[in-house]
Amino acid sequence: MKVLSSYQDGRLTLYLKGELDHHEAAAALRKISRTVDDYLPRDCVVDMGELSFMDSSGIALILKISRLMAETGGRAWVANAKNQPLKVLDASGIDRVIQISAAARS
Amino acid sequence: MKQLNYIKMEFPAKSVNEGFARAAAAAFAAQLDPTMEQLGDIRTAVSEAVTNAIVHAYPDTVGQVQMRLRILEGEQLEIMVRDKGRGIPDVKKAMEPMFSTGGEERSGMGFTIMSSFMDGLRVRSAVGRGTTVTMRKRIQTKAGA
Ligand SMILES: Nc1ncnc2c1ncn2[C@@H]1O[C@H](COP(=O)(O)OP(=O)(O)OP(=O)(O)O)[C@@H](O)[C@H]1O
Ligand SMILES: [Mg+2]
Repeated sequence: MKVLSSYQDGRLTLYLKGELDHHEAAAALRKISRTVDDYLPRDCVVDMGELSFMDSSGIALILKISRLMAETGGRAWVANAKNQPLKVLDASGIDRVIQISAAARS
Repeated sequence: MKQLNYIKMEFPAKSVNEGFARAAAAAFAAQLDPTMEQLGDIRTAVSEAVTNAIVHAYPDTVGQVQMRLRILEGEQLEIMVRDKGRGIPDVKKAMEPMFSTGGEERSGMGFTIMSSFMDGLRVRSAVGRGTTVTMRKRIQTKAGA
C-alpha cells in the first residue's frame, strides 16, 4: 500500500492507497507518525477513497492515529470510505470512537 | 455434505503471505460466481484467520499455516485455516469483541469480523497443539439472487 499526504491550514490529509493488512500496517504507521510529528496538525483526515482492501489491522491503525492526534489536542476522522473497507469499519463499531464519512454511494 | 472441489495449501507464518492467501481464496471462490461484495467478505475473513495464525500462533518461531478451501453441495464455500501453534486457552473469551492479547497493533476485532462476514464460524483449539478455524458461506448464484 501507499500513504500520500497533503497539508493545508492546520489540516493533514492522509491518502491510503491499495491494500492495508498486517503486513503493510507497521510501515504505514511509521510513515504516518513521522508525518504527524512533522506538521503537528490540528485535524487529520484519513482518506480511504483509493483503499481497495482493509482488515482489522486497519482498525488498529485508525485508533492509533486517533490517539496520536489526541496527544496534541487534535482530532482525526475517516473520509471517503467505500465498499469493503467501509463494511469492515461498520462491522468494527469504530464509529463510536471516530467519525466516519462514507463516499457518496452511486 | 458432499465435497465438489477443494484446494489445500501450506505456507510459513510470514506476513508477506497474507496477501497471497487472500488472492488464492478469491480466485478459488470465483467458480461459484460470487458478487463483488461476497468476494470482499471472503478476502476479509481469510485475511483475519491467516493473520491470527501468523501473529498469535507462533510467538517465537516461524511455524506452518495450512489453508483448505472446499466447495460443498448447496453452493457452500468452506474455508479452513489451521496452525500447530500455542493454541487459545479460552476460545469463548478470545471471540469476544475487543478481546486481544496482541497489544496496540491489534484491535481485537478479528473473530467478530469473521463471524459477521461469513455465515458460520467454528474455532477449535488446544493449548500447545494449535488452532483450527472453519468458516462457511453460501454463495447464491447471481442469476438466482
Ligand atoms: N491462531 C491463533 N493462535 C493463538 N491465539 C489466537 C489465534 N487466533 C486468535 N488468537 C487469540 O484470540 C485473540 C482474539 O483474536 P482476534 O482476531 O479477534 O483479535 P486480535 O487478533 O487480537 O486483533 P485483530 O484481529 O483485531 O487485529 C487474540 O488476541 C489471541 O489471543
Ligand atoms: Mg486477529
